[in-house]
Amino acid sequence: MRKSINLWYAIPLLVFVGLVAFMGLGLRHDPHEVPSPLINQSAPDFTLPQLGNNQTLSPRDFLGQVWLLNVWASWCVSCRDEHPILLKFARDYKVPLIGLDYKDRPQDGEGWVTNYGNPYTKIAVDLDGRVGINYGVYGVPETYVIDKKGVIRYKQIGPITDDALKNTILPLIKDLQQ
Amino acid sequence: MKIIFTLLCALLLSTSVLSKEATPVARDPVTEARLIDLAKDMRCLVCQNESLAASDADLAKDLREEIRQLIAQGKTDKQITDYMVQRYGNFIRYKPPVDATTYALWFGPFLLLLVALGVLIVVVKKRNKQEEEAPLSAQQQQQASELLGE
Repeated sequence: MRKSINLWYAIPLLVFVGLVAFMGLGLRHDPHEVPSPLINQSAPDFTLPQLGNNQTLSPRDFLGQVWLLNVWASWCVSCRDEHPILLKFARDYKVPLIGLDYKDRPQDGEGWVTNYGNPYTKIAVDLDGRVGINYGVYGVPETYVIDKKGVIRYKQIGPITDDALKNTILPLIKDLQQ
Repeated sequence: MKIIFTLLCALLLSTSVLSKEATPVARDPVTEARLIDLAKDMRCLVCQNESLAASDADLAKDLREEIRQLIAQGKTDKQITDYMVQRYGNFIRYKPPVDATTYALWFGPFLLLLVALGVLIVVVKKRNKQEEEAPLSAQQQQQASELLGE
């Protein structure tokens, strides 16, 4: 009788430990990283003017290749952190890196690539941000890895870090290229 | 004459300034009401503690405009919600759908309530039993009545 009463008293403690464990897990989870429902879906189609010339650009142009779509803007502060990594990526790898200049004045976008260097194979201009909405963009910079069939396989929310490039993006590209 | 002319100029100038401050588009109140109704149940992804209806973030403005256009195209509420979920995932909804990933969320509280009720019933029953379990023996009864009789 006495023993079973003592067990009952342990229950609040167990509940408390469980709660702490859940909250601990919650702390490790970044609420700003919302999993994209577009992973493993076809990249939304668009036709946009290119920055710096009067041609257009569409995701269909890159069918058969693994490519990156990097959403950036001249007004975006963390894009500046990401920029050197993109430049290095463009130098070291022959993977098409397409920029999407998001809600930016074309002259500002051009100023950016002139001043800081241009890592992009081509740049599309999304003046009103409609294409961004179709891609579920909510925090620039964002980068999508798109496979040979035009399917989005990965989305990097926020700047690409050295770690994310080395451990996630590059292995994925290698895998998708085979 | 000069004064009147100056005043007239001033008047014209002030109206043009005033008209610039007004909202450029007169919006349809029915559309706006539906927009607010839809957007208040959606989360702004930029400032996550605000609804899409309340947020002043650029993206929220764009998305409200997008919803306006969808309403103008005659889309139903469900189609508009689906449109948003397709792009931003269920995270955008303050009322997530009932499916395998959200069972714990929807039914967990009721389950906890049931467990708590169960515990309460067991504890109360046990306590009642303990109180009943102490009948006086004949000797104790006699002692008691002797004490009371004195």
